Amino acid sequence: MDFNDTKEEAEFRVEARSFLEKHLKPKDANSPRRPSGEDFLKRAKEWQKTKAEGGFAQITWPKEWGGRGGSSMQQVIWNQEESKFDAPTGPFTIGLGMCVPTVIAFGSDEHKKRYVEKALRGEEIWCQLFSEPAAGSDVAGVKTRAIKDGDEWVINGQKVWTTGAHFSDYGIVLTRTDPKAPKHKGLTMFIVDMHQQGVEAKPIHQASGGREFNEVYFTDVRIPDSDRLGEVGDGWKVALVTLMNERLAVGGSPGPDWKEIMEYARDTGSLSDQAFREKLADWYVAAQGYSLTKFRTQTALSRGGTPGPENSIGKIITANQLQDICNSAIEMQDHYGIMNDTDTMPANALFQQSFMWAPGLRIAGGTDEILKNIIAERVLGLPQDVRVDKKVPFDELKQG
Amino acid sequence: MNFDFSEDQKFLAGEARKFLNAQCTTAHVREVLNDDDKSHHEGVWNKVVEMGWIGTAIPEEYGGLGLGMLELCVIAEEMGRALAPVPFASTTYFFAEALKAAGSEDQKKDVLEKVVSGEVVGCYAASEGPGNPEPSKLKTTFDGSKLTGTKIPVTDGDIATHAVVLAKEGSGASLVLVDLTGEGVSRKKVSTLEPTRSHAEITFDGAPAQRLGKAGEGEDYHNRVLDHAAVLLAFEQLGGADRCLEMATEFAKDRYAFGRPIGGNQAIKHKLADMYVKNQVARSNCYYGAWALSTDASELPEAAASSRLAASEAYWFASKENIQTHGGMGFTWEVDCHLFYRRAKLLAVQAGSPKVWKEKLVSALERKNAA
Repeated sequence: MDFNDTKEEAEFRVEARSFLEKHLKPKDANSPRRPSGEDFLKRAKEWQKTKAEGGFAQITWPKEWGGRGGSSMQQVIWNQEESKFDAPTGPFTIGLGMCVPTVIAFGSDEHKKRYVEKALRGEEIWCQLFSEPAAGSDVAGVKTRAIKDGDEWVINGQKVWTTGAHFSDYGIVLTRTDPKAPKHKGLTMFIVDMHQQGVEAKPIHQASGGREFNEVYFTDVRIPDSDRLGEVGDGWKVALVTLMNERLAVGGSPGPDWKEIMEYARDTGSLSDQAFREKLADWYVAAQGYSLTKFRTQTALSRGGTPGPENSIGKIITANQLQDICNSAIEMQDHYGIMNDTDTMPANALFQQSFMWAPGLRIAGGTDEILKNIIAERVLGLPQDVRVDKKVPFDELKQG
Repeated sequence: MNFDFSEDQKFLAGEARKFLNAQCTTAHVREVLNDDDKSHHEGVWNKVVEMGWIGTAIPEEYGGLGLGMLELCVIAEEMGRALAPVPFASTTYFFAEALKAAGSEDQKKDVLEKVVSGEVVGCYAASEGPGNPEPSKLKTTFDGSKLTGTKIPVTDGDIATHAVVLAKEGSGASLVLVDLTGEGVSRKKVSTLEPTRSHAEITFDGAPAQRLGKAGEGEDYHNRVLDHAAVLLAFEQLGGADRCLEMATEFAKDRYAFGRPIGGNQAIKHKLADMYVKNQVARSNCYYGAWALSTDASELPEAAASSRLAASEAYWFASKENIQTHGGMGFTWEVDCHLFYRRAKLLAVQAGSPKVWKEKLVSALERKNAA
């Protein structure tokens, strides 16, 4: 048992780090937590191009698609090193982590030639169009309709919670092609050009005040049949491949951790409070539990294994802990804690900001409840919930 | 990155599980539970001694197998899972570790070989009453050769042949070694929530004793022994917590109510998923503790504390919710759930309760940040 890299891993880490040092600044206290905007997008595209040219974009992808042909372990090492730098990666997480792998798995040779390299080089950004107002946790309940018209499909409907739709060039869209079939059977997946007529992205005004996600409306959008991914009616099978990657792509906590609240408590004299100390210990133990579990996963990867549904524990731990830490930090300040001015508040009001972000984190990429279902069913082998929708034609299901 | 046990260590764990599945069933545990005169299961204990497990982390020069702490950790997990009703933890994690940490060459030579052979059964006596014993406030005293005072409760205190005792000496504390079969020692069995592990009140009335290590350094040794024991106990807790999750999962799949398995209900599924998350958090922290223990890393204080805290929480949650999942049957004497509930509580308070270890952890983090 040790935490050391193998010789090959160590060499790769050195190579990765020197590449990063050449191109980026190390992260520091002033690095933005959730950067956005035009400049950021431009910087992100440039960085993606630099990575692709250096052979560090999508390390596990085969060389023929512009990847490195490397191991999962090398990808982990790269991620660890890149996270220490002020690297603008956000806009590509979903496209390269979820959408393009789906194109590689189900697309034609023409698709792969047309899309993969451009995405890898940061020239085109992808988004994932699955969730709908009536299809969140029950994502197979999508109603966006695709109707065949000659060699084309005509799409009408609405998607929601689409990250980055407003700056994306392409998307993969899950549609209903056969409402007479049971829910999971009548779905089909397509590639959609986000700039074409009839596609409209509207930012959602989130409870946190920000506008990172979108509603996307499709009005008589025409897609050639050649842009279908997988067979007609096989959309759910295709979607599962996309979703399998999601919990790996989402992970990580974008907010303050036990170290930051400990520092904050020390500065404000609350570190001597016994009740606080006990909570701090709980946060440390759970956070360590999560990071060390990643080391165990990494060990399994290093030995040639594949990450399984066990990874669902990560977001359950981090999202809840973030909410709890922010709540405690605010209460620690008593009445003063309700203020959120970033210029005057301690820690640039980070705790207050994350307090409003945390509820979203517990929902995005699988709610706590869905993740627990996944653990119960896929890890522990418990029976599925009662499913009244399983064999019923979709258009006969009760709705509300 | 190699954050897992080796193939050899996993093989050892597998062999230990096979052995305990055959030789230490809950029927064996119940023999001790149902008989007030039985302090442990002699048959199981003799076989454990024969297997040489006590000597797993004792160097060969003192008669041990000279394997290491990682090997002892995997055995501890299996012992915990099997609820082994034997003085293994007292003898191995506490008594032998205290001798290894503080004993002189002569003391180690003299005693450890007998520990491995089963001739000496050890225990560790620190508690004197309600609350965690503070080395500066001990009432049990050692004058350089004789020990006076009362320790209560002492796990395995009635069957042990020897004890390591935390006592006051001068203005500091010392760890002292006492022959419990000698003069000046009286013992009385005490009743506890966990009858499958015996406990005693031990009164020393000028009992001849010898110090381990230097006078007044007992507090440091004591903390070191506790750090070691914490990791090993955490593995026992982890083994027990995982067994509870298995029991609850099996029951939830097999038990039908309202026309289908109760495990199809989210209230049960989410409860068991919570159990799984806590057990994984505990397992990962335990591995870190094992690593720190086996390499004598400077991170041991926080690693020991976090493994103990994670495992105490996991076992508490798993043992109580295992009963809940079993419903009324889980509250009967005949169903095994309560055996784990009892053991979970003993392991959580033996060597200091979670609040003590939370304070130890935060103090360690403060020292680290100040450095």
